[in-house]
Amino acid sequence: MSSTIVAMAHTADPGFVPPGIGDFNYPPIFPGTAVEWVTKPLLASVLAAVLVFVFFTVGARKRALVPGRFQFAVESTYTFIRNGVARDVIGHGFEKYVPFLVTVFAFIAVNNLFGIIPLIQFPTLARFGFPLMLAICSWLVYLGIGIRRAGFFGYFKSVMFPPGLPVFIYPLLAPIELLQVLVVRPFSLALRLTANMFAGHILLLLFTLGGTYMLTNENLVLKVLAPFSLAGAIGLTSFEAFIEVLQAYIFTLLTALYIAEAMSEEH
Amino acid sequence: MSLTYLASSGVISAEESISALVPKTEELIVGLLGFLVLLWLLKKFAYPQFEATFQERTAAIEGGIEKAEKAQAEAAAALAQYQAQLADARGEASTIRSEAQAERSRIVEEARSEATAAAEQVTSRAAAQMEADRLAAKAELSAEVGRIALDLASRVVGEALSDDARARATVDRFIADLESSSQEGNR
Repeated sequence: MSSTIVAMAHTADPGFVPPGIGDFNYPPIFPGTAVEWVTKPLLASVLAAVLVFVFFTVGARKRALVPGRFQFAVESTYTFIRNGVARDVIGHGFEKYVPFLVTVFAFIAVNNLFGIIPLIQFPTLARFGFPLMLAICSWLVYLGIGIRRAGFFGYFKSVMFPPGLPVFIYPLLAPIELLQVLVVRPFSLALRLTANMFAGHILLLLFTLGGTYMLTNENLVLKVLAPFSLAGAIGLTSFEAFIEVLQAYIFTLLTALYIAEAMSEEH
Repeated sequence: MSLTYLASSGVISAEESISALVPKTEELIVGLLGFLVLLWLLKKFAYPQFEATFQERTAAIEGGIEKAEKAQAEAAAALAQYQAQLADARGEASTIRSEAQAERSRIVEEARSEATAAAEQVTSRAAAQMEADRLAAKAELSAEVGRIALDLASRVVGEALSDDARARATVDRFIADLESSSQEGNR
């Protein structure tokens, strides 16, 4: 369907401009001033942090033994990661990493959900800088745990030379494992998140902009087909909501797995 | 697919398509600071509260269970106590009943023996009275019989024999004969 629209873009006049990378580059909000670097995604990420902070502090403040609806929702979010991810994946000694994991999950989820929230309608983490920083944070956390447990050389030795394998495997395995821990993991974390948000946003833009274009086009066939495109955009919005929370969960779950691995004695 | 197509169709330049993966410095800095400040604030203000609330809740639930168990134990103790008291009362009642029975039979026995004694007393008193009456009657009769006999004899003989010692001896002998014959007749 998208290729049809794009193909039509060449024949139609003035032509349909399909969504592209340009839609992810926002102009400065205050051009020509000292804060020229402030853009919409940047403000959105700060807003996400503020929302997460308000959500958790307000939910935690009442401390009722029998929680109300809001307190229950906030506590459920916390225990969802605390018990469902941290405790089940890391096991003994998980308490120390609950704050990090819960914050990662909530921050990513809210930033992602901005993709379908009216007026904002942009998943902040589709900008590669944000997920990269989050991935580097979890990279530093699990490397730090491993190095503190076994020492610098001890940790990398346990990563590169896991015991119990035939000797001739090690020349193959050691560089792969090292690359895995040092490069592949953080970049796959960041790329997975960014690519999902990017693709979701492109899809939504395509269905919405395409539907609008078809509706305003003089071609009657396009006019008739336009509601289908717009209905697709509505359907995709629900789907995106699911993907956005799922990606936040995957990022958190993988981080917990890396932490658990760095904590365990054997690789 | 879409990206490649868009790039090759010239809608976006190759430079632009790479820019999607080149992070902007301000985004790196704001993203990192935003996340770290958020983490620090939540660690300070929110997460400890959750843990404390959970612990309080656990304690409250456990306390509730403990309280219920205590109440149950108390109820069981009270029941046992009531049952013991009931058994005591029953035992006491049966003791009292048997004591009363013993008392009753004792009283009846006493009354019976008293009555028997009284009856015996009455009987013996009556017997004594009768004996006394009999003796008195006998004495009176013997005197009377003597006098009547004398009267009769004097009327028959026609002379006064009242002061005669012989007559008196005759009468006495007669009476003694009468007595002995009457005693023989009684036998």
